Amino acid sequence: MKVGVVTFPGSLDDVDAQRAVRIGGNEAVALWHGDADLKGVDAVILPGGFSYGDYLRCGAISRFAPVMTEVVAKAQQGMPVLGICNGFQILCESHLLPGALIRNDHRKFVCRDQLLRIENNKTPWTSAYEQGQEIRIVLKNGEGGFVADADTLARIEGEGQVVARYLEMNPNGSLNDIAGLTNERGNVVGLMPHPEHAVEELTGSGLDGVGFFTSLVERTFA
Amino acid sequence: MPKPEILDPQGKAVLGALPRLGFTGATDVRQGKRFEIEFAGEVTDAVLAEVRQMAETILSNPVIENYAVSVEQ
Repeated sequence: MKVGVVTFPGSLDDVDAQRAVRIGGNEAVALWHGDADLKGVDAVILPGGFSYGDYLRCGAISRFAPVMTEVVAKAQQGMPVLGICNGFQILCESHLLPGALIRNDHRKFVCRDQLLRIENNKTPWTSAYEQGQEIRIVLKNGEGGFVADADTLARIEGEGQVVARYLEMNPNGSLNDIAGLTNERGNVVGLMPHPEHAVEELTGSGLDGVGFFTSLVERTFA
Repeated sequence: MPKPEILDPQGKAVLGALPRLGFTGATDVRQGKRFEIEFAGEVTDAVLAEVRQMAETILSNPVIENYAVSVEQ
């Protein structure tokens, strides 16, 4: 599959995400925030970083980048989209995912190898994992606290839209320990921790992140 | 402003700092944003409607924030 990785001004993890896409057995295609052109990709990753300097709110300005018009339109038609960290924030600001991400409740930047449980392996990004599988990947964020009103939270839980949950400790004050989320259709996934940093033994905390990038292949040949 | 039910870590930090400076009366602090937007000429209802649209589209995130618009000459 051709997987596009969008680079915004201030993106940090776009190259890591492209590398993870290739390690996962897919073709990585660099996309530019200013081009309303997805170059015929089959899926899109919005990488981590501080797009537009996190000015106004994290993801608030990126949402209106020319490339996002296409991403939102295609996502609504069912194209797989994965937003990691800042990408998750952009997906919430775009209203492709419910809720919002606010400053960590303890007000400090957090960087740690975080244990997660995969709560939904039905998405195109998590199908390589077992339901309930525990994985450890790096988490690094200043504004990763997931919030939503009570009705929205109940709906998210009721519909099985929680993709991953923090284990051992809640690193940022996210409601219900939510680390990752999908939309009602199940094609758009937002994740605060970084699977693209856990795809090679040489760097990172292990190989637990690879599944996010091999799931697409498994789905294609399934 | 962050909605009342949304945690405001920055406001909490300010609230924590106040007693250390001898300001003991405050029971809560919420921190928001203020945008000053200038227009040439009279601020008509149409202009105000446009400002509200700005507020709802980009200046605020209606999922977590409320907004208010006021006019100063």
